[in-house]
Parts: sequence; structure tokens; C-alpha cells
Amino acid sequence: MQKDSVLEMRGISKSFYSVKALQNVDFTLREGEIHALMGENGAGKSTLIKVLTGVYQKDGGEVFLKGHEGPVSIKSPEEAQKAGISTVYQEITLCPNLTVAENMYIGRTSGVITKWREMNAGAAKMLESLGIPAKAEQQLGTCSIAVQQMVAIARAVDMECRVLILDEPTSSLDESEVAKLFRLMLDLKARGVGIIFVTHFLDQVYEVCDRITVLRDGKLVGEYAIENLPRVELVSKMLGKELNDLSEIKGSGDGVGSDEVIYEADRLSSVAAKSPFDFTIHKGEVNGFTGLLGSGRSECVRAIFGADKVTGGKVMMDGKPVHISHPRDAMKHGIGYLPEDRKRDGIIGDLSVRENIILALQVLEGFFGPISRAKAEKFADEYIKLLEIKTASTETPVKSLSGGNQQKVILARWLLTNPQYLILDEPTRGIDIGTKIEIQKLVLKLAGEGKSVTFISSEIDEMLRTCSRLVVMRDGKAVGELKGDELTQNKIMSTIAGGEK
Amino acid sequence: MTAPGNVAGVQKLTGLFRKQIFIPIAALLVLIIFNLIADPSFFEITYAQNSAGEPVLSGYLITILDNASELAILAIGMTLVTAASGGQDISVGAAIAISGSVVLRVLCGDNPRPEEMQASILTAFLISCLVSMLFGAFNGTLVAYFNIQPMIATLILYTAGRSIAAWINNNRLPIISDPAFGYFGTFMPGIPVPTPIFIAIICMIITALVLKFTTLGLYTQAVGINPNSAKLNGINPSLIKFITYVIMGLCVAVAGFIKVTRFSTINYSVVALDIEMDAILAVALGGNALSGGKFSMASSILGAYVIQFLTTTLFKFNVSSSALPAYKAVVVIVLVVLSAPTVREKAGKVWRSIRSAKAGKEAA
Amino acid sequence: MGKVLNRKGRLVPMSDTNLLLTITIVVFFAMYLAAMLFIGRGFLKIQTLFNILNENAALIILSCGMSIVMITGGIDISVGKLTALICMSAAVNLDYHNGSVLTAILLSLAIGIAFGVVQGYLVAYLNIQPFIVTLAGMFFAKGMTTIVNSTQFNVQNEAFLALKNTRVYIPFLGSVNKLGKFVPAYVEIGVIVAIVTVILLFILLRWTRLGRSFYAVGGNSQSANMLGINVRRTRFAAHLLCGLLAGIGGFVYFLHVGSGAPSHATGAEMNAIASSIIGGTMLTGGVGNIVGTFFGVLSLSTIKNIVTLLGLDDAWWTNITVAVMICIFLVVQSIVLLRKRSRS
Repeated sequence: MQKDSVLEMRGISKSFYSVKALQNVDFTLREGEIHALMGENGAGKSTLIKVLTGVYQKDGGEVFLKGHEGPVSIKSPEEAQKAGISTVYQEITLCPNLTVAENMYIGRTSGVITKWREMNAGAAKMLESLGIPAKAEQQLGTCSIAVQQMVAIARAVDMECRVLILDEPTSSLDESEVAKLFRLMLDLKARGVGIIFVTHFLDQVYEVCDRITVLRDGKLVGEYAIENLPRVELVSKMLGKELNDLSEIKGSGDGVGSDEVIYEADRLSSVAAKSPFDFTIHKGEVNGFTGLLGSGRSECVRAIFGADKVTGGKVMMDGKPVHISHPRDAMKHGIGYLPEDRKRDGIIGDLSVRENIILALQVLEGFFGPISRAKAEKFADEYIKLLEIKTASTETPVKSLSGGNQQKVILARWLLTNPQYLILDEPTRGIDIGTKIEIQKLVLKLAGEGKSVTFISSEIDEMLRTCSRLVVMRDGKAVGELKGDELTQNKIMSTIAGGEK
Repeated sequence: MTAPGNVAGVQKLTGLFRKQIFIPIAALLVLIIFNLIADPSFFEITYAQNSAGEPVLSGYLITILDNASELAILAIGMTLVTAASGGQDISVGAAIAISGSVVLRVLCGDNPRPEEMQASILTAFLISCLVSMLFGAFNGTLVAYFNIQPMIATLILYTAGRSIAAWINNNRLPIISDPAFGYFGTFMPGIPVPTPIFIAIICMIITALVLKFTTLGLYTQAVGINPNSAKLNGINPSLIKFITYVIMGLCVAVAGFIKVTRFSTINYSVVALDIEMDAILAVALGGNALSGGKFSMASSILGAYVIQFLTTTLFKFNVSSSALPAYKAVVVIVLVVLSAPTVREKAGKVWRSIRSAKAGKEAA
Repeated sequence: MGKVLNRKGRLVPMSDTNLLLTITIVVFFAMYLAAMLFIGRGFLKIQTLFNILNENAALIILSCGMSIVMITGGIDISVGKLTALICMSAAVNLDYHNGSVLTAILLSLAIGIAFGVVQGYLVAYLNIQPFIVTLAGMFFAKGMTTIVNSTQFNVQNEAFLALKNTRVYIPFLGSVNKLGKFVPAYVEIGVIVAIVTVILLFILLRWTRLGRSFYAVGGNSQSANMLGINVRRTRFAAHLLCGLLAGIGGFVYFLHVGSGAPSHATGAEMNAIASSIIGGTMLTGGVGNIVGTFFGVLSLSTIKNIVTLLGLDDAWWTNITVAVMICIFLVVQSIVLLRKRSRS
């Protein structure tokens, strides 16, 4: 083991059934460094981390920790904690029925007795120093997702750990929260903690990290110092090919659309989108909703689709007034909606790829018109081929697919219904760059075919590449609409932030 | 190293192991083999005279098929309820008491010992279907619209059901003397096979047709696995859950009808006692997750027959009816333990290591 | 509603557990007060309350075990038949095998623990659904009871009968009878055991690591695992504890009835579940309170007493009333929690 390293993993291998998730991977973490672990979905980042934290047992290889003679074996998250490894996962891994304070301390206090007073005081101090807007005595389930994620981070930070693992912790945080997190990471780094940072956001990597390890298809590509690896090279290492597509995807269609109005909402509101909004989309147009997390962009599109209870407003489609109060009404009028949270609202995990693909069409066909097995298989095969979905067969349970492929299955589900208006809420979140570009291309292709698309993304450059018009949201209200020459990064940022001040 | 053909064969075999229906089939095979060894006469079917003096088929196999009818019918409803709502209906025994009581009430009117029936059997059956579906709707409302866990919601009817059944007939025990009523629970004149077997088969055929010609199967599974996503695809999860409980009510009505026609009377406190436990067991033995989601109807129904097979086998070996549950419990635990994924995984590992050790030896 | 002050005097939303607990306690006292005002008679005597305790000491202990398992997200439907098995075994031990009270107690505990260990192992380490495991446990106990002894009989052992008839008088409490004589109020030994159990378990759940682990596992078992809690061990401990409590509760039941019979404690598991629910425990896990369970048992039996005193002296009516009560409680709980969810 090298002198300055806190963690070394040598020749790690792990297989699930016949799939080799990790093959002979090395990883070294030095004292006081922030080390990005990069790779596409299915590259093996999560598996490597779960091996390290004892959630999975490795098939081969050795793990060394500073202060331990010889290789250590970590068999459970409990043991990992004791060895000084703390982890924040992408999904919230806290208990919603316990208080904020308890969630920060449970499972890591030594005594048999829970000292509530001490615990609450400690937690309150921690929450205050990190600026987390929650109270120690509050039940965690009543906090927002972002706050819950911050509590998870607070817990990990408070553990006096040597190794801190952050597995995509930023996907539910807004910019100011991300900034807070980065300050905290730099502070810990100064204290000599080694931090493993997994993220899909390249900007964030170049903002805080010192070193990058790239994985691809379960194998190690290499370890690089950040200054020696420009962005383009990083991306090509992750994808395993040179890629100039990044800026070149417009052209198959411009997504501006015709004058014909497909959908028009007048003072529409729902229980979630409380302040009424107006919205119009034209045939063949790609428009976007942008704004910070929690600005109400998802709530707006959910109201359009009838996913939340609609409380007021008028809707016209093709110039005729229609009534949409339930997703089924929207579907009947040719609207499709790909939800923001793929796992919670999108896939039906235990059902097969085939069943997931035909689901929406099946609902449209009605209760007494089941699609025959043969026809369903034909549809599934067609879209697996069209969208290049990587699956063993049409009968594979969709939950065993990687994130990007799950997303493609949901896309296939809506494309199969041949919608005239498709709403895509964060279709590229948490999926790899290759698939991202495929989805962006597909959006423009659909627009070229005369379909209208609403595209929502947290990444502004992605919106710039696909959308011809942007509705900017802030605090639940539409505060601006940008199109044509106004569509620049700076202009969008300043509109989101509230003017040029 | 194994030959490629061998590998494919092994994969096919493990594929069969992983199939859900393997569990009840294996259990059934074990029971059959046990009986073959212990006493092959178990499988004999003979002609005997029934109480009406007609020749009918008799034998343990017939008993099993006959007595499992109610359970198989209940397993249909229980499977759907489990799949959609991720919980079980524990009120079916009590609800059977109600439906049976309704049948008798309609047929007897105010006189508990009527000379002739006050209404046609069909009318009585249809009214009892309606009442049972209403009680099913009550359970369904609590589960689907008030979001109460199924076991707890149905605890209400479980507690009150037999009391309601008694109240329907003013706490009297009506008896029907017309032999035509008994045809449904025993034998039709001239047909040597017990009628409940036919009723069960009809129910299964109807179920198969419903599952084939509607999307009920897909919808219940989708709702059971991920209600959020089901909703965003235009399915109404609450309505689907509600419907499964109403279907359960219908199954209860049919099972209740068989129960009362077997004896032409009813005993409110013991009729179909603990049958809900057997029905839930049938679903579990069929390899269905009691937490809902994917289901296999055929496996559940087969599970019901396995349970009856076991019961009849134990009776044959002179186990007293009050001690029967103890033996049943042991068998159930063995079955469930053997089919538990954790155990199967471990067994698989041991099996592989033995094989590789063998292969190693052969290579050396 | 639904908010409490924290130490610094700021309003914090009440946790689900405390909200449901509050509802239970308020309902119990309101109900009892109403009974005193409108029915009077027995309810004005303090002994009625203590009789409710005497009748239900065993149920209180069984319900505590049930609540703990339910808090971890499981269920145990074997406790009723297990109680019958324990009564029968203890009775046979005392009268046919020259056992002493001590051996009977040890036997009861041993049976309870044995069930707890086996069921806990199957649930926690082999990942078999708790409903199925304890269903098998219930069948097994039911069958074993008649194998041990198939008929009811009363225990004759004198030391045991002396213990059974021991009355613990409550200082200063009592009522004046028709002759103007003061009759002190009393409870049976079992009530003392039940109260001590409730206090110990309350402490366990509120302040110990194990107790908090029960809540964490019930809240989200995967998260609990990630937080460094040994989920399997915790689940095992919950079933073991439930078995142990069934052992204690079984003996207390035995002490109250003084006989062994296959029909003893019929439906006790459902009463225990009902009491837990009325006491604010949720079957989905992670929410519940032992004090609530205690009041749940009291509420359940108070309503039964009210029905009896109203002259509807019929087992049918009791069942229907209890069912209605569970129904009302469930609907109230679900409405309160749903509203809270939609607000946050």
C-alpha cells in the first residue's frame, strides 16, 4: 500500500449470474483528495461502490485500508461504517418515519441507550452549520427530498470518516445546495478525508475534483489527474470512441414548428401547480420548460397531462375545447408523458420489457381489447430494434435493465401510442452521454415528423440544442419566454435568476 | 469442462426450476410418490352407492377433487386481491357464512323448516352473489379508497361476518328438505361425479376467459407492482383494487353456495372456519409473492389442490381432525423453506461446488 | 392540530406515532367518560376499570408483542393458539407431571421462546413472509394443543390456585357497597406483570438501540441496512421478543383461567392486532407505541363492556360493535394521515 493512500482496491471482480459487472478493477484513493469515479451507466461505478461498502460481496480481488494490516474484508454496511467508510447514495437511504436527528445518528452510536437530548443538540448544531432548513425533532418524511438528501450528507460528514463516498448526491439538489455541498467537500478534503465522487455532471467534476478514474464495461480505463484530462477526452474515454456529435445534432430538424396550434391551455392549474399558467404549443415544435429544481416545471406538465387533480382552467386541442382531468383523457387526445422519476412513476419493474412497452397502447385499446401476445411481441421487437434497447429478450423484467435502457423502454411505450404531443420530463437524467445524444436526436426527428414535443432538462446546454422556445419558471410561475436569438446560456441564466441585476 | 449440449440441458432444467408453477407441481409429486409408496390403494377409484342409492364414483382422489372445489374458487379471488393490493382478504370464511345464510334466508323466508322453497334456487344464488359482492365492495372501498392495509381492513368483516350471518336468519338454523337443493353440493341424479367439481371447473374456465379476453391480468399486476406508474399510464389503481375485491366477493358467493348445498343447512360459527388461511396458503404455495405484483393463476389453483391432497392424505393415515393442523404446519414449513429463494440459492451453490469438485477429479 | 412545541418553543409537526397515540388516548378517555355519564351503573365503580385490567392482562402482554412485530413491518398470527398451547402444557405439567409453579412458568417461557426462535429464524434469515411462517406456527400450536391433551380440565395444584387467587389491593381506591362498607379495589398478579411489561417495553422502544432499530427496519428496511443496522438480527429479535411475550402472556392467561383447553384464547391474535391498530400501530411498519397498545386493549374491552351493560348481552352484538369500532378507527387514522401527507 502506498504511503499517502487511504484506500486501495486491487483486482476487484464481481459477476451477477453470467454478467461480469467488474473485471479486475484497481482503484486508489489518496488522503485529502476528491476523486471522481466516471463512466456510463452500466460501467460498474455503483457496483464498485457497493462492493466497497459491503452491500455486495466481491468475487475476487483485495481491499486495503489505511491503518489495517493486510487486506480487509467488509461484509456489511455496518462493518464499512466501523472501518471509517461513509456513503451517501443517489436514492435516499434514510428512514422516513424517524426524526431528522435519529436518522443522523442511528446505527453508529456505541451505547445501548439512545440519548435524545444529546442527539438532538448535536443534530441541531450540525444542521445549522450546514444551513439545512430542517429541525432535529422533525420527522424526516415531512422534509423535501433535497433536504432529506442533505441530511444524509450531514450524517456521512459527521461520522469522522476517512473515506467519504458520494454516489450522485447532487441530482436532487439545486444550485445553492450544490454550492454548499462543494464547500463542505473542500473543507473535509483539507482535513485529510478522501472523497469518492460519482456524478454525471461534467461541470461539477471539473469544479471540485483532483483526480478522475474512468470505468467502462466493468473494466478500468485509467486514472488521470484532472489537469491532464480535458473534457472532450474524458467523454471519449467514457464512451470508448471519439465523439464530435456533441454539438452537431441539430440539422435533422430545427424544432421550430408551424403556425398550427396543437395544444392551448388558458389559466390551467392543479393541486400541485397552484398558480394558473397559460401555455401553447405548435405542430412540429420542440419547446422546453426550464427553471431551478422546485420551480414548478414538472408540476406544470403534470397538470397538462392530468396527472395531478386539475383545479381550474380551459384547454383547447386542435382548436376544440377538451376536458382533461385524468391521464387517460390526455392519452385519448394523443398526449404522452414520460415522467421525471423513472423508477417511481415510469417503469413497472417486475413486468417484462414487452408488457412495459405495450402498456399505454393497451390502456388506449381498452379493458376488453387485450393486444395479442404475437402482436405485442412484434411491437416490442420493433422498438427494441428502433431504439437499440439492450435487453436479453422481450421477456426480461424491465428492472434488470440499466437506467438508460429503462428510459428507452418508457420512450418506446409512448412512441407506440403515436402521440401528436409528447412531454418528456428529464428524459436524460442519470443516463449516459451516448444515450443522451440518441434521445436528443430522436426528439428532433419526431419534431421533423410533425409531432410536438415538450422537453425538460436540468442541463441548459441540452435544452439549447433541442428546444426552439423556452418557458422559464421561477417559484411556481412562468416568468419569461425565450426564443430565437434569445436562446443563449447567459440569457437563460439571467431570466432564471430574475433579470439582469 | 462440460460439453455445450450438457450446459444447454442444465440451463433448461434450471429454467424449469425457476418457473413459478414448479413449486406446487413438485409438492404434488412428493405427495403422490409418498402415497404410492405408503399405500397405492389411495389412488383407487370405485363405484359406490350414494345415499340416494345411485352409483357414484368414490375414492380418495374424488374426495380431494370434490373437497378442494371451494378452496380452488377462493384461490382465484385471493390471487387477484393479493396481486393488486399486496395484501390478503382474511374475511372470506366469515363472508361465506353470510352468503350461505342469504341463500337459506331467501329460500326459507320466515319459516326455518319450509315444506317447499319460497324462491327458485337461481334467485337465491343471484341474491347471495349480490350481497357478497356488496361486502366485497365494502372491503374494496376501505382498501382502495381509504388506503387501509388489506389484512386490517378485512379484519372488520372477519370479526363481524359470522354475527351478521346469524342475524340474517334471526339466529335460527334453517334446513332445506327439498333434495333438488342438495344436487349442487353432492351429486346430480344420474351423474356419478360430484357437482362441486363441475362448478369449480366452470369457475376456472370463466377465469381463464376473463384473463384472456380482458386486460385484468396486466392491470392488476401493474397496479400491484407500481401504482404510480400505472396511474400515469391511464389506469385507475383504486378502481382496479376495488374490482378485485368485488370479484373476490363473487368467488365467496359461489364457494358459499357449494358449502350450504353440501349439507342443506348452515352452522354460522363453524362453516368454512379458517378457510381464509388455506386460501392464502394456496396463493403462497403457488409461488406468488404475498406482497403483490406478478401472479400465476394456474399455480394458485394447483396450490389449492395440493393443500386438499395433503389434508386428505393425513386423514387417511388416521390423523385426528383436531391434530391435523400440526402436521399440516410441518409440511407447509418444509415446502416453504425449500422454495424460499435464499435456500434455493444456497442449495444451488452447494450443488455447483459438488459438481465442480467432481469435474476436477475427473480432469485429474 | 398535529403540531408540538420542541424544547426551544418552536412548533414542530407531530410524528405519526405521537399523533396516532394522542388520538387513541383521547378516544379512550372520552369513551369511558361517556359511559360513566350515560350508563353509570358499573362504570362509576373504580373496580370496573380494574376488572377490565384483570380480564385483559394477558391480552395486553400479547398485544405488546404483536405491536413490536408490527412496528418492524411483520405480523405474528400464532400468538392466540400459542397461548392455548402454553395453558394446556402448563396445566398438564402441574397436574399430571407433578410440576411446580416454577416449572410451569419455565415451561411457558420455553415454549414461547422456542416459537420465537424458529419463527424469527425463518422470517429473518430465510426471508420467508411472516404471515406464512406464523400461519404455520398457528396451525402447529393448534394441533399440538390437542396432541398434548384433547380435553379441557381445571388445574387442582394448590400452590398454583393460591397464586391465582392472590389479590393485590390498591391503597386508597375502592368503592362503598350497598351496606355502606368500603370495599377496596384490587387487581390480580397478572395485571402487575402486564404493567411492568408495558413500562419495560416502553423504555426499550423509546431509549434503546434495539428499540430504535425496530422502528428503522419497519420504516424502510433497505435504508436501515445502509444506515448500518443489522436488519436480520433486528427482525429476529422482534420475533423472539414476541415469542417471549407470548410465553409470559400465555402464563398470565393460564393464571387467570386456571385451566387448559384447546379453545382457550380463540381469536386472541385478532384481538391483539385490533388492539395494536386502535393503539395507533400501523401494519406497514415503523409507526406505533406500546402505551397506545395498552390503551388500545382498554378501549377494545371497554366497548365490549358498554355493549354488555346496554343489555345487548349477545356474543353476536359484541362482535359487530368491535368491528364497527375498528372500522371507525381505521378510517379516522387513514383520513388524518392522508391529510397530513397532502399538506406536506
